[in-house]
Amino acid sequence: MRIEGKGLIDRSETVPFVFDGVRYTGFRGDTLASALLANEQRLMGRSFKYHRPRGVLTAGSEEPNALVTVGEGAAQNPNVRATMQEIYPELSARSQNRWPSLNFDLMSINDLAAPFLGAGFYYKTFMWPKSFWEKLYEPVIRRAAGLGALSGADNVDKYESAYAFCDLLVIGAGPAGLMAALVAARAGADVILADENARMGGRLLSETYAVDGKPGHVWADEVLSQLEAMENVRLMTRTTIAGAYDQGTFAALERFGHHTEHRPSGAPLETYWRIVAKRSVLAAGALERPVAFRDNDRPGIMTAGAVRAYLNRWGVSPGRNVSIFGNTDDIHRTARDLLDAGVHVAAVIDSRHDAPLSNEYEVLRGAQVCGSTGRKGLEAITVRRASGEERIHTDCLAMTGGWNPSVHLTCHMNGRPTWNRDIEAFVPTPGAIPGMITAGACNGSFSTVSCLRDGIEAAKSSLAELGLKAPKTPVPDAEDDPYNISQLWAVPGTGRAWLDFQNDVTVKDVKQAATENFRSVEHMKRYTTQGMATDQGKNSNVAALAVLADATGRGIPETGTTTFRPPYSPIAIAALGAGAEGSAFKPQRFTTSHPASLKRNAPMIEAGLWYRPSYFSKDGETTWRQSCDREVNMVRQAVGICDVSTLGKIDIQGPDAGAFLDFVYTNMFSTLKVGRTRYGLMLREDGYVMDDGTTARLGETHYLMTTTTAAAGEVMKHLEFVHQGLRPDLDVTFTSVTEHWAQFAVAGPKSRELLSALLDTPLDDENWPFMACGPVSVLGVQGRLFRISFSGEHAYEIAVPARYGANLFDILTERAEALGGGLYGMEALNVLRIEKGFITHAEIHGRTTAYDIGMGRMVSQKKDCIGKTMSERPGLEEAGRERLVGLKPIGESKELLAGAHLYNEEAEPVRTNDQGYLTSVCYSPTMETMLGLAFLADGPDRYGEIVKMVDHLRDVTTLCEVVNPVFFDPEGGRVRG
Amino acid sequence: MDKLIAKTPCDGLLPLSVGTVKLSEEDVGAIHSISPYKGKQKAVSEAMKVAHGMAYPSANRSTGKAGARAVWFGPAHAMMMGPEPDPALSENAAIVDQSDAWAVVRLEGAGVEDVLARVVPVDLRKAQFKRGHTARTLLFHMTASITRVGENAFQIMVFRSMAGTLVHDLKRAMEGVAARG
Repeated sequence: MRIEGKGLIDRSETVPFVFDGVRYTGFRGDTLASALLANEQRLMGRSFKYHRPRGVLTAGSEEPNALVTVGEGAAQNPNVRATMQEIYPELSARSQNRWPSLNFDLMSINDLAAPFLGAGFYYKTFMWPKSFWEKLYEPVIRRAAGLGALSGADNVDKYESAYAFCDLLVIGAGPAGLMAALVAARAGADVILADENARMGGRLLSETYAVDGKPGHVWADEVLSQLEAMENVRLMTRTTIAGAYDQGTFAALERFGHHTEHRPSGAPLETYWRIVAKRSVLAAGALERPVAFRDNDRPGIMTAGAVRAYLNRWGVSPGRNVSIFGNTDDIHRTARDLLDAGVHVAAVIDSRHDAPLSNEYEVLRGAQVCGSTGRKGLEAITVRRASGEERIHTDCLAMTGGWNPSVHLTCHMNGRPTWNRDIEAFVPTPGAIPGMITAGACNGSFSTVSCLRDGIEAAKSSLAELGLKAPKTPVPDAEDDPYNISQLWAVPGTGRAWLDFQNDVTVKDVKQAATENFRSVEHMKRYTTQGMATDQGKNSNVAALAVLADATGRGIPETGTTTFRPPYSPIAIAALGAGAEGSAFKPQRFTTSHPASLKRNAPMIEAGLWYRPSYFSKDGETTWRQSCDREVNMVRQAVGICDVSTLGKIDIQGPDAGAFLDFVYTNMFSTLKVGRTRYGLMLREDGYVMDDGTTARLGETHYLMTTTTAAAGEVMKHLEFVHQGLRPDLDVTFTSVTEHWAQFAVAGPKSRELLSALLDTPLDDENWPFMACGPVSVLGVQGRLFRISFSGEHAYEIAVPARYGANLFDILTERAEALGGGLYGMEALNVLRIEKGFITHAEIHGRTTAYDIGMGRMVSQKKDCIGKTMSERPGLEEAGRERLVGLKPIGESKELLAGAHLYNEEAEPVRTNDQGYLTSVCYSPTMETMLGLAFLADGPDRYGEIVKMVDHLRDVTTLCEVVNPVFFDPEGGRVRG
Repeated sequence: MDKLIAKTPCDGLLPLSVGTVKLSEEDVGAIHSISPYKGKQKAVSEAMKVAHGMAYPSANRSTGKAGARAVWFGPAHAMMMGPEPDPALSENAAIVDQSDAWAVVRLEGAGVEDVLARVVPVDLRKAQFKRGHTARTLLFHMTASITRVGENAFQIMVFRSMAGTLVHDLKRAMEGVAARG
């Protein structure tokens, strides 16, 4: 019911919206919850487990009941709290967890079965047969019990992440937060003031107190306009500080686009902030706790603070005939506000025998509400007094069990709150978060004046630590009413008294947990599910542990709390992953030839972050194998071009460069001649192979190392580690030059002919023998040439500064095609290297040694190197180790499969008979058969033997001959020719 | 005879303006990394001052000015941008040509810090990160070098191969800021 003349909404702007297909209107400034209440729609959701009808319990982010889904299809957003969702024209929301409709929910049959569905029911009931749990029980239970769902379609909304830095972060913009921010800002500190609400002011917007003689919300607005005018202040509304982390880092979620129909293009729906603050003030306020009594979950029963908020902030009375129940002096505030607004108060029930009386209304002292009735909404309550029980007709019950300070953030770094007997609540333990001071209601200071004072003091302490001088600030005049709480957790009686509305946990469930020996609060939580899901027990944790404490005969401080973990309120995964959707998941590295490769129909494969062409499909080729075979033959018979820029290139210089390389490589590099290149093998400290590649000596103290594409970063890191950590005595520097050079392999019998035509000086064997390297001039540009080969053919790699890469690639392609050659991709490159028995990271996969790959002799005996001693451990050289061999199929099946395992021909293919495994396979158009590289027990001693390849996954068995891994041109005549 | 044709790293991607912020490719001339040998940093710095009018920069700082700048690039590394290095520098430092290794862009305009705050995790507020200050840090998922070169202008460098991702990420951030008005 809307109350004329009340509320901070804009009555000049009517806002139409839709809930469950029905059109309603509200005003600008309404939340979905306040607008529905104004329209007398009390039923807003169905409960998690029993599908009981529920309405709003609160007016804030802690709301457990009124969860709705906003939007349709891919943009659908589930579990939105109606209390936080602002309405806007054409907002469309719908209720959740009901079928077929909110009013008529067939699943509410669960409620009738409630006697069987208590704590531990699932654990005890769905035990047998075992396989039924996963296949039947769990899916059925999950369907019946639940929250809203995503659409399953890709998210279409933009989310954003951002960083912010400040001297002082003030969390919460109620009286304490506003005061702290104002004092700190006036002192010149960089201040961020964040509040989860659309409008700052906290409880000042929901209560009727005066501050400095003005209505609280007017005072708040005046402070805010002062703050807004200051350059050193950033006000962040609709921003929840969700977590406190090390070194003053806070996670925050800004709901940027949920409240408007006009989201500008490019604007995010939400922004996930990481805020780094030198100091912080927590002024998060407090959350009111409900009282557990029989059927306390009917729509129309809500916290008294929520009733005042709906009345004072939104001009809505949640009922026409309101009753009030509780255990603090807040009761009277609620009664006064309602009467002032002209709302009928049905009864004021105070559990305290010494409660203050009023001359405006009757106070039922020492009374308790012990039950409620009504279909889909409250119709009457039952009040129990010493004289007996009485039924009172009412359509709204404002209840209060006291307030819980919002200590959550102070516990995010493993702190635990402290029990304060005076207010019967947990308060923050000072120092739980370094640099954080708590102020106001979250600190247990409940009167307005104590909040304002706390805010000033918190700012002063923070400023002192920041080295800034606090301006003199008097505490504004405000109410300092007493609180006077007396414990009231649960009203005794039969039936179900709800503690956790979101998880349908009752007082009886908690007692049952204790009876069954789940006495630790953490065990009770998991056994009953109390405190889980979107509200994380904000409304129920303290009451539940009080009931547990009572049931186990311990005090509340001894019972303790469960662990508070971030986030304070739910955060969409989409916000956490903002900006990293789809291909933005990681950076894309493109070679200079990338566009040209795409033009030639090359499908791309990812190698680390790089994109490399798989093969170049020509007209008439329908499978990758056709393209690959053609490209292999082309290299063997004419000339092929391949972009190899992605290989790591590290420039190494310094007087000790040679000595350093001798230390990181197994073989010698100090003896390499200038103008020559050598293949090198690098071990990890544990003696296993790390990487391989060629290193060229460009000058006396100047080398150029190449690494494999995938290991470039790892090798660079390794070199830095070895230099900084192990050999700081050596004078040597490393610079990655991978990106500076575009480098292309030119491979095949016609490679020299092709290159000679491009270089300013033609090539010959005398000046450019195998493994030569040096500067060249290519079409007027200074480049580098290396006569190295990964194909076994006469081949070169030519490098030019990357700006010329695209153009040189085009020219090389054109020239190669004129010679009967062309481009080749990764598939052909792989075939060419397997034919030659060259290894890649398929073979040096981290579990193989130099000995295993047949390079034991490359570990020089003349010097020490990283990993040498460890590689000499007995187990790493003993008989029976799986070592590199080649395999050729010889039986009926001609298929080889990488990953398949090897067995002796007659042995049963079971684990205990395992002899090794295949790492690389290909179809070789050169040898016209499949070829495989494999690790086989004592492999090199078994050439000529027959072994059996079995792929258990793909069900393939192939007999293979064990051969030397160099299948093609074992003498190496072609590479030198 | 053909002559090789050069292409810049951001060819076809820039310039770009969104709202009040502009992103453009910078031609900073030659880029060379300078890595002094042991105990030679001072000598290198002196030689740089004489030959190029800029000192070897200390950590997180740059020296020189537009057209001839040295940017700190990590322990024992600085990038000299602009002039071809004096060959005499090689006596005391490894000089490595990096002219083609980096995509160098300039991001400028009102709100430029808000744009960078969407992708860079370090504090770039004016009071903390003044003109000439530089940082090796992340730009979203990429390692980057970021230097304040003006009141509202930053020089950003990432690997040449990542130019496309750089423009994509900055454009997205620029749109997010512009949409807030």
